[in-house]
Amino acid sequence: MKMITAIIKPFKLDDVRDALNQIGIAGMTVEEVKGYGRQKGHTELYRGAEYVVEFQPKVKLQIAISDAEVENAIEAICSVASTGKIGDGKIFVSPLEQSIRIRTGETGEDAL
Amino acid sequence: MRPLQRTAALLLAASASAAASAGEINQADTAWILTSTALVLFMTIPGLSLFYAGLVRSKNVLSVLMQCFALTCLMSLVWFAMGYTIAFGSEGVEQGKWIGDFGNIFFANIGMDSVTGTVPATLFAIFQMTFAIITPALIVGAFAERMRFSAMLLFSTLWLLVVYSPVCHWVWGGGWLGSMGLQDFAGGTVVHITAAVAALVAAMVMGPRRGFGTVAMPPHNLTLTVAGAGMLWVGWFGFNAGSAVAADGSAAMAMLVTHLSASAGALAWMGMEWVRHGKPSVLGIVTGMVAGLGTITPASGSVGPAAAVVIGLTAGVVCYYATSYLKNVLKIDDSLDVFPVHGVGGMLGTLLAGIFCSTQLGIFSGNGFSDGIDSIGGQLMVQATGVVSTLVYTVVVTFVLLKLVDAMVGLRVDPDEETQGLDLVLHDERGYDL
Repeated sequence: MKMITAIIKPFKLDDVRDALNQIGIAGMTVEEVKGYGRQKGHTELYRGAEYVVEFQPKVKLQIAISDAEVENAIEAICSVASTGKIGDGKIFVSPLEQSIRIRTGETGEDAL
Repeated sequence: MRPLQRTAALLLAASASAAASAGEINQADTAWILTSTALVLFMTIPGLSLFYAGLVRSKNVLSVLMQCFALTCLMSLVWFAMGYTIAFGSEGVEQGKWIGDFGNIFFANIGMDSVTGTVPATLFAIFQMTFAIITPALIVGAFAERMRFSAMLLFSTLWLLVVYSPVCHWVWGGGWLGSMGLQDFAGGTVVHITAAVAALVAAMVMGPRRGFGTVAMPPHNLTLTVAGAGMLWVGWFGFNAGSAVAADGSAAMAMLVTHLSASAGALAWMGMEWVRHGKPSVLGIVTGMVAGLGTITPASGSVGPAAAVVIGLTAGVVCYYATSYLKNVLKIDDSLDVFPVHGVGGMLGTLLAGIFCSTQLGIFSGNGFSDGIDSIGGQLMVQATGVVSTLVYTVVVTFVLLKLVDAMVGLRVDPDEETQGLDLVLHDERGYDL
């Protein structure tokens, strides 16, 4: 099992969810987050006072999936979340030790 | 009608309040001034309160609302007790040059049948009261987010009696500036210069907020600010057009030029930002509106519509630069930019009134010089005298008052309290519990 963490542009969230649904990935956790990478922040100006806001708003989604689904999921996210401009975001893949469905007590891939 | 009209009305009232039946009440005038009084109160609560509340950080939103609200209550009573009689007081004798007499202390001799000009004396007293409320409330913007509430109440009480009321007398109460021919229809000197200069002095005496210049202090809710700005614009019709103290051509012209100047000022500031920063900002357009309104205020009884547009455009550009200069070059933390908008605007407008009141400027002509003055140079000299004397007097007396209050109760909250925010520290409340 793997945990896929994708940081994407907020306006791409609906497209990414649809694309993942189409390949049969039906669950995810979404958060609104702030951060920066190469894109850096932006400046805000209030009556001549300039503030550099270093963090950009992004959406972070986390998907727990089986090893077999990883390549498809990455492909699906990349295909719809890409605009070609700086700031499209990143995908991280990490190993997932265990998963448990609380209602039934199922474990492992059965619980995904 | 000349801007001196308000003074003339008051001189009339000198005899009126002693012998209550001397003047005739005009019902149209009375109806309009009743309306204007409500409009000017609406400028402070909720207009200015919301305008300021949105500009501070969320931990201080209640403190600013509280300051404006408490000042509305307190200044009303101070004006009732002493302020009015210092500014306009009369026992039927000729008005003094410096302050009124004490014939109207606690509104003595102001009864249901007393007349001031063509309106009830009670109405004139409460109309002027709304001006005495908003003027100290304007200063709140300078010391926002760091002043002790008790110190603010004490300072404002003293300030109303020692700065606002005498200057009000000089210009509108039959005092020396009005007699000299100063054209200040609705309060460029009396309201905007006194408030804004006091604001600047307060900002300098108290020092900047902790982290000023290094920590970002963006407005926490510009939606409130824009709502408040809209209310200010509407209320300003009562402020300027009400200052005719009549429902006549002078009032209508004042309303027209007020509106045009606000529009021009707003667009000018927006344009400056668009050109220099690349984007037009919401805060920019509403600040330009306030600049346009503050600047036309002294001139609103003196100038015509074309001149009003010029005044508004000038206000937007000049106040825009003044704001950046004060903040980024002089590094003075006048937190909500009271001085560069109201002070610079008030001075600019008072001087421009001296030019555009001329009847010789073609489409830019105004309503004429004051009696006994026959040139732009002559009128400008009087206007400059008004600006400089108000400025110097306000600087000196405000400084002394601040030092006095500091010695008595302390002007500032502790650094720790300032970091926590005044809402919790001074009022045991939070503005938002989301």
